[in-house]
Amino acid sequence: MARRISLKTAVNEAIDQAMQLDPTVIMLGEDIVGGAGAPGEMDAWGGVLGVTKGLYAKHGDRLLDTPLSESAYVGAAIGAACCGMRPIAELMFIDFMGVCFDQIFNQAAKFRYMFGGKAETPVVIRCMVGAGFRAAAQHSQMLTPLFTHIPGLKVVCPSTPYDTKGLLMQSIRDNDPVIFCEHKNLYALEGDVPEAPYAIPFGEANVVREGRDVTIVTYGLMVHRSLEAAATLAKEGIDVEIVDLRTLSPLDIDTVLESVTRTGRLVCVDEASPRCNIATDIAAQVAMHAFKALKAQIEQVAPPHTPVPFSPTLEDLYIPSAAQIAQAVRRTTGGK
Amino acid sequence: MEGITPIVMPKWGLSMKEGKVVSWLVEEGTRITVGMPILEVETDKIANDVEAPDAGLLRRRVAQDGETLPVKALLGVMAETTVSDADIDAYVSAYETPAAGDETDADANAYQQIEVDGIRVRYARKGATAGTPVLFIHGFGGDLDNWLFNLDAVSERVPTLALDLPGHGQSELRLPGTSLAALAAFVVHFLDAVDEPRAHLVGHSMGGAIAAQVALDFPAKVASLTLIDSAGMGSDINAGYLEGFVQAQSRRELKPVLEQLFADPNLVSRQMIDELLKYKRLDGVASLLASLAGSLFSGGRQASTPVLQLAPDSLPVLVLWGREDRVISAGHAAHAPAGAGVHVFEQAGHMLQLERASEVNRLILALVAA
Repeated sequence: MARRISLKTAVNEAIDQAMQLDPTVIMLGEDIVGGAGAPGEMDAWGGVLGVTKGLYAKHGDRLLDTPLSESAYVGAAIGAACCGMRPIAELMFIDFMGVCFDQIFNQAAKFRYMFGGKAETPVVIRCMVGAGFRAAAQHSQMLTPLFTHIPGLKVVCPSTPYDTKGLLMQSIRDNDPVIFCEHKNLYALEGDVPEAPYAIPFGEANVVREGRDVTIVTYGLMVHRSLEAAATLAKEGIDVEIVDLRTLSPLDIDTVLESVTRTGRLVCVDEASPRCNIATDIAAQVAMHAFKALKAQIEQVAPPHTPVPFSPTLEDLYIPSAAQIAQAVRRTTGGK
Repeated sequence: MEGITPIVMPKWGLSMKEGKVVSWLVEEGTRITVGMPILEVETDKIANDVEAPDAGLLRRRVAQDGETLPVKALLGVMAETTVSDADIDAYVSAYETPAAGDETDADANAYQQIEVDGIRVRYARKGATAGTPVLFIHGFGGDLDNWLFNLDAVSERVPTLALDLPGHGQSELRLPGTSLAALAAFVVHFLDAVDEPRAHLVGHSMGGAIAAQVALDFPAKVASLTLIDSAGMGSDINAGYLEGFVQAQSRRELKPVLEQLFADPNLVSRQMIDELLKYKRLDGVASLLASLAGSLFSGGRQASTPVLQLAPDSLPVLVLWGREDRVISAGHAAHAPAGAGVHVFEQAGHMLQLERASEVNRLILALVAA
């Protein structure tokens, strides 16, 4: 039976069920149990926003609080993955990945290739992404493109509770390293999620809205901003199709190309900085493979190329809005 | 208002909240008869013609093509010429769409759960509580929403029940066994659990074979049998469809499979594919469906044909088929037991109850009333 739960609860449920189903699933992170030294009672922290709350009580020492050293415990998780475990490492914010790049880029991402397929690294690195949380420049970035750039990594960024549970389950079962991006401003979003365990295969985009006139390609929080824009545009007679990529590596470019071939217009919406992001990649691939289908220039909606501002007013201006998305769509239709 | 009959947005299925008017099929001034298709409406599940529930003269098309409106919103107005245009204007402007509140609560209660032989199943109960109910049994890989256009219409006259078979829909993902006999016994235990000594069984596809098996094994439980594009009436079945349905993992793989179910492949909506994928992705569903298909339909052959074993004239039987059924050939309708009513519909496929809902509903009600 499906019931309504939040995206945050969907993350917790996926980890809980994966641990019930597979004894090799373990988890490492900062304060995920109860904070250093705490015995892990029910009122323990469960991570910076309480996502893993209650899991220690059910699964005990399979969840491990680590020192504040991302490079150490991400490395440990990757090593454990090579030795037959299915570890989940939780980084509070994707912004902290910088200190563990060697472990991720040069080790985890390369093992399968460099050992001729004899080594597998089934590790999941979960982290919060995105702006809008008043958390300043070092805790608000959308760094997805850094990871899609690296062959050997899989990159996931869900937009709904249903997708979150199914994609996290698939991430844990997948035999390659997965960077699992959870938008902190979607944690409270509720939706129907089946109680039973299930997995959503990687590399299948979701058409969240069908439309004739313009294709918006996006992911994460921007799916919801795009839906708002589409509702506004519908009143103006512009019928928008929205493709939620869900997984950024592997990328379901076929669904994008099919959609653009039908609509002839493309707006790429990305919360990542505007240079070399997911939007520019989609724009380039469509220009290469479906140029003849295009009836208008490709538009990109992304934040300005600046750090995320701490000033609330500026931060709100920084994040692409539904109005900006709608305006970009209108530019492709000539204001139709 | 005196002399004015409204035409309102119908409610198809328990979850429908609004519908989009695709196009009107009749002009203002048309004399409408009961059952006449008057406009086409699209929901997030499927598109279908709205058939007139009342007769009258169409005076005003209130809903515009392309408009999305809530259930029970005013679509049009019928009235005789004695009613003035001004009265119709007044009626239209005063019309208030009834709030969905009460209705939603009633529908939430329409879905229930019960444990039968240790397996939790979801079912729906609608309509009057007194009288022998009609029990709808869906087919392989289906669920009770396959009766989207049938449950409400039939429950206006008689009590109805529909269940998600074990391992299907939102019921628990376990089977009581993979034989028709095990599934038939489960259906009888379900009737016992909901305190119904007897029912009119309506079965679609595999559900038809289960219903016929119930009639063979527990004749006292069955008041009548309606078999829609039914299994259990011949030996062949489309192995490619079954394999495709069990194997499909993605929207791209599942869509062409589902299109085989309909004479008009455009009826396969994004929502329909999404909902099936949500079911098929659940842990255990793929192996459960494979074991069921392996037991009942291995290698494109039906393992058993209970309908052929029914004694002639042993109970009222209705056999309905879509001529363009690509899963189970409409040729099997010729094997209907002696005394059965047989109707084969042109330009309809395996999902006859969706493609020809109102004719199917009329025939079911006529059989039940007889």
